[in-house]
Parts: sequence; structure tokens; C-alpha cells
Amino acid sequence: MSLLNVENLRVTFPTRQGPAEVVRGVSFTLGRERLGIVGESGSGKSQTGRAILGLTPHPGTATADRLEFDGIDLRGLSSRQWRGLRGKRMSMVMQDPKFSLNPVMAVGKQLMEVLRTHGASRAEARRAALEMLEAVQIRDPERVFRAYPHELSGGMGQRAMIAMMLVSAPDLLIADEPTSALDVTIQIEVLRILDRLVQERGMGLIFISHDLRLVSSFCDRVLVMYAGRVVEELRASDLSQARHPYTQGLLNCLPAIDGDRRPLPTLDRDASWAE
Amino acid sequence: MLDVKDLEVTFTRGVEQVHAVRGVSFRVEKGESYGIVGESGSGKSTVLRAICGLAPTSGGEISFDGNPLPVPRDAAFYRRVQMVFQDPYASLHPRHTVDSVLSEPLAIQGFDDREQRIERALEEVGLGQGFRFRYPHQLSGGQRQRVAVARALILEPEILLLDEPTSALDASIQAEVLNLLDRLRAERGLTYILVSHDLAVVSHMCERLLVMQHGQAVEELARDALRARAAQTDYTRRLLQASVGYSREDAA
Repeated sequence: MSLLNVENLRVTFPTRQGPAEVVRGVSFTLGRERLGIVGESGSGKSQTGRAILGLTPHPGTATADRLEFDGIDLRGLSSRQWRGLRGKRMSMVMQDPKFSLNPVMAVGKQLMEVLRTHGASRAEARRAALEMLEAVQIRDPERVFRAYPHELSGGMGQRAMIAMMLVSAPDLLIADEPTSALDVTIQIEVLRILDRLVQERGMGLIFISHDLRLVSSFCDRVLVMYAGRVVEELRASDLSQARHPYTQGLLNCLPAIDGDRRPLPTLDRDASWAE
Repeated sequence: MLDVKDLEVTFTRGVEQVHAVRGVSFRVEKGESYGIVGESGSGKSTVLRAICGLAPTSGGEISFDGNPLPVPRDAAFYRRVQMVFQDPYASLHPRHTVDSVLSEPLAIQGFDDREQRIERALEEVGLGQGFRFRYPHQLSGGQRQRVAVARALILEPEILLLDEPTSALDASIQAEVLNLLDRLRAERGLTYILVSHDLAVVSHMCERLLVMQHGQAVEELARDALRARAAQTDYTRRLLQASVGYSREDAA
């Protein structure tokens, strides 16, 4: 059985010119696998991720014909029911640790807060938090446990963030550009951590990114989004055989270390892609 | 043309000192495109800012056509060397129109024919006259970066310092801006110093590059050597490997 079922997901924001639909009928299913969602800014990829967690920012609204997580209908859950799910069974890693960790609370305390909220004792929470910090390859977990977010580097902060999201062993993790703010060498380390968690724990992972090459090397399956729609879905290994002109264009316009194409092919957007 | 020798930059705040650049030397010839690659905190942007006079140099020497650069830099220097910054959202004044952004350097340098120069600058970066009286918020990211390039080029400089000119842009827009920079260099015989964390971008744009780490130059190599993966140091090899993307073998 699949972990997540999304059918005809729509996210709408009211504007002065009338409602603007930023996600327009997205459907997919997710098993215990790595699914990548790729698109450029404004394609609706982040809003798709947020809508699944019920985090569509006000005044936007999300509707779907079906939005099911492990048999639970996510539409119309109460705040209390959401609290029981978020953080515990499904969680989200944001792009920049600087903005998503609480700046005035020590990292360890933030990690413990997740567990305490979901009913663990203080000692249990502390032990689990330290273990998790170790699991995300932080060399000195005791120090990081006591540290405040500003005392950590970007890579460390992002690892702490991932530790916080994983400490409750969720079944579904939505990672929205989790490595875009990181240097390439650290990026690979963070991906390795996520990869291991998918394989060892059988977690479902939705990896949202603008970086088609990175996603295709990391994920099992890729959804390509354009103007709020999924224009193509393909196995990551078949990326070179992408059929949609937008996917092809995105791949082609990247400079390569070995390539010497001048000028680089640019993307001619076709109005029909957005239809 | 531009000679940087044992450059040191130290930022001081109270008793704290940050040694951001530690003895970096390189030489850029006329008409060349030179890349500086490194991760965040490697000091690559600081080198550019030091050339421009925007960072406090604490040692070493920068000379331009054999003459040491004056401190502070004079107007004549900025006439010949211009810079394009990373974030077009932050580097354009939100309440100045494109027209006033482009007029200001012309006024400072006392250029004539301002009307024609502005019109030509907009044409050259692929923006029509229709963009002349717009504000930055009425432009997309790619259009803003084009305005930033136009502002740098309007003084007809010889050297353009490019600090991550495309890292804030989407891939398809990046291709457009890179093509624009490529074409302008060919047409005008410009010299570029381009800073980026992206090896592919540097390899596409630059004939030679310098790899930096922790404020120091790790190694200098030519584009051909980069393509042949003939890196001399472990760090460069790691960067090269990481730029390929993720591989399952890494997990093992």
C-alpha cells in the first residue's frame, strides 16, 4: 500500500486580480521511496509540499479530491489531529536552518521539545536527541546539544534541523531544498544521511529541488513541475530520455564542465505547457 | 593586466580578527576570463571586493597595468573596473528606476550623450526601451541581473568583476545571462574575473581558474586541466566529484 496518495491537489491564493492558482491539479502516489519534485521558482513545487502537511500559508487554500496519508484522510483535520501527525509521523526540512531553528533556544532543547510534545519522558528525550545528533554525523553531539543555532555553521545547522525532523522517526519526510544553502561537499554528506534513513527505516521521502541533476542522481522517481502542473513523471535513471520539451530544455541549458556549447541553449517557453 | 600579489584581508571587530584572505596571488591578462572557485567562507568574494576597494587589505599589493592601485580607489579606477554583484534583488535600489540606476554612473564620470548611452546599454543586454522607466520590483530576477550588467557596462570598463552573477537565478535564466556575458566579452574584448561556487559555470566561462579554501589559494589550473580532471590537490578533486551529483557508491 502506498504511503501517500494525492489526487488533483490545488492551491489557490486570492489576489487583487482574482484567485491565483499556484498548484493546479497535481496527483501522485508515494511509497517508501525517494521522490523528487523539480521545477523552477514559481512552479508550485514548495506549495505542493506545504499543502501535504496542511501548511498552506494564509490566505491561501488547498483542496484535493484525495489527500491520504497511510489511510488517514488529511482533508479537514482539526488542529489537534494535525498536531498528532506533524512532527511525529510526517515532518518537513526547510531550506535554510538560519530561519527554521529557534534562535533563542539551544539545539538540544529544541530536539527534546519534539519528543516531549509527543509524550516522551525527559531522560528518554535527552537520550534519543543525542543519539539522533550522532546519527546525522555530528562529531561532538554533546557540544551541539548545548549550542545555540548561531553558534553552528550552515552545514551543522542543517544537520541539526534534519535531526530534529527525524528524531520522532516519521514515516514521511518532505525536504524542501534541504541542501541548496550548503556547499557542494557538505551537500553530499547531508544527502547520504537522508539516503541511509530511507533505506534503513523505510521512510518515504519527498525531495523538492530546483536542481534537476542533483535530484536525478539522488531520487528513484522525479516529477517535473511547470506552472503549477506536473508536466512529466519519470524514473530518475531515464532522465536522459525525458520527452517533455521543458524537461529537455532544463537539462540542456545547464553548463557542463566538459561541454563547450556556445551559446548555451536557452529555454523557449511554450504557452501550451501551462495548459 | 591585473596583478594580485600576496593579498591579505583582515576584518577587525573589537578585539576579534578574522583573517579572510591569507596571501593570495594571481595575475589576469588582458582579454582573459579568470575564475575563482571555492565554498562559502573561502574568501573568494572578499578577493573581488578587495580589488574593488570594498574590503580592508592588510597586506600585499594589487596593481593594474603595473601601477599600484590608489587607496581609496579614485573615479578613474571605477571608470575602468566595474563589478556585478550576486543578488540582483539586493544590489538595485528599490526606489530608483532603471533609468536613474543607469544615469548615476554617467553623471559621476561626466559622460556626454547620456540619452544614447542608456538606450544602447539597454539594447545590448537584451532589454528594450520599454524597461527604461521601470522599478526593480517590476522586473524578474533575470531582467534585474541584466540591468546590473548594463549598469556595469555603461561606463565601457575594461575589467568586469563578477561575483556569483547567476547563483540567484533559475537554470534557464542562468543560461541566458551566461550567454549575454559571453557575447559581450567577445564583442568588446572585456576581461572578466568571475567568482562562483559552481565548477561547471566557471569551466564554461573561464580559461583559467583558481581554487580557494580557507582564505588560501589551493591551486591554479587551466580549463583543459579541469576537463581532464587533472587536479593536483585532494580538495579540488573533492569539488570535482561533488559537482557530478550524488552517487550510491558514496553511501557505502
